[in-house]
Amino acid sequence: MLKGYGAVILDGVWLTLQLALCSMALAIVLGLIGVSLRLSPVRWLAWLGDLYSTVIRGIPDLVLILLIFYGGQDLLNRVAPLLGHDDYIDLNPLMAGIGTLGFIFGAYLSETFRGAFMAIPKGQAEAGMAYGMSSSRVFFRILVPQMIRLAIPGFTNNWLVLTKATALISVVGLQDMMFKAKQAADATREPFTFFLAVAAMYLVITSVSLLALRYIEKRYSAGVRVADL
Amino acid sequence: MIFDYNVVWENLPLYFGGLLITLKLLALSLFFGLLAALPLALMRVSKVAWVNLLAWSYTYVIRGTPMLVQLFLIYYGLAQFEAVRESFLWPWLSSATFCACLAFAINTSAYTAEIIAGSLKSTPPGEIEAARAMGMSKAKMYRRILLPSALRRALPQYSNEVIMMLQTTSLASIVTLIDITGAARTVNAQFYLPFEAYITAGVFYLCLTFILVKLFKLAERRWLGYLAPRKH
Repeated sequence: MLKGYGAVILDGVWLTLQLALCSMALAIVLGLIGVSLRLSPVRWLAWLGDLYSTVIRGIPDLVLILLIFYGGQDLLNRVAPLLGHDDYIDLNPLMAGIGTLGFIFGAYLSETFRGAFMAIPKGQAEAGMAYGMSSSRVFFRILVPQMIRLAIPGFTNNWLVLTKATALISVVGLQDMMFKAKQAADATREPFTFFLAVAAMYLVITSVSLLALRYIEKRYSAGVRVADL
Repeated sequence: MIFDYNVVWENLPLYFGGLLITLKLLALSLFFGLLAALPLALMRVSKVAWVNLLAWSYTYVIRGTPMLVQLFLIYYGLAQFEAVRESFLWPWLSSATFCACLAFAINTSAYTAEIIAGSLKSTPPGEIEAARAMGMSKAKMYRRILLPSALRRALPQYSNEVIMMLQTTSLASIVTLIDITGAARTVNAQFYLPFEAYITAGVFYLCLTFILVKLFKLAERRWLGYLAPRKH
């Protein structure tokens, strides 16, 4: 049915998954940094964190991808000679894609994490302090484990949006499943078949993620009292 | 000098032309998306299992696949079928503007339907009981009580959807339309100044986002004021 292009597209699926998972890992790190900035008592740090999340969330992913991929590469090559580096720097599309998506979704996650942190009762952190824990220990032992449960619904949403946003990286030349499908579609003149196949693959990925994250949410919510209606 | 903004300055008319296209795409897709979302939302709260399942499958598939794939399926994909190419719809379906609007409207209708359905489901039971006690028919209850109340309460979430849609319209540049992103791509292709070209597009989108956020704040104050916390 796919005229021998099935294996090629499956290769692309693997690249899409790598891209999504690595950028999510980077986004979690950046999101945690972003939220610590935003909740910091130091005014200009909080301002910096707010700036990061507002500016990134106000610009389309596609524009940011084009800006960081082409603009970033261009800027590197304009600045590099000033630092005595004369070779032309070429960005690897996978690395650039991971960096870009991680940077974008770090901003979205910082928003999710902020809501989750603020939903934890103040007494929790105060009790930790009362036990003589340092503030970083309170953060990692008391706040983060509870924050995870509260952040899962928002995280699920961000993960789904990120998975779908990976398709945009094909625009800057990453040979993910979208790129491979476009090539196959051009070669066979059967675009509908190939894009439908890709749509089905994305649907499988999002469905599996939904089920897995629902299971994790249940695990993390063990011991939470729910009113039975 | 590392940056060269003269080129952007000279090409500002191109960006403003792009702004018009972006706004046109946004308005058309939001209008038709909302129009389709209403019946879909009513189907999603229906107690008839197959009606509900039908709407659920639609929103699930649309929300589970990337917008870019949907756009390509419509713009490039449909041309694969001879029946489509020979039908009276072909003049429309071969136009990038029409395909982009169609794809965006389909996409936003699924998200909006879920927002409205969620809002309908969270209607306070008292409102429905009161309507029944007044002897309203089902249609009248939806028209006078449920929909006005649910649509107002959906406003904050819908504002997020509208901003997501604004960002989604940038995909139109991939199917050759010269919206704001398309203008930036044109400038970049002519002068090879990617940084300046895309930063300018980003500033345009940021301004649009801020304006939309402000407008929705005003709308919420107007229509959701009765749910705001007391100020005195």
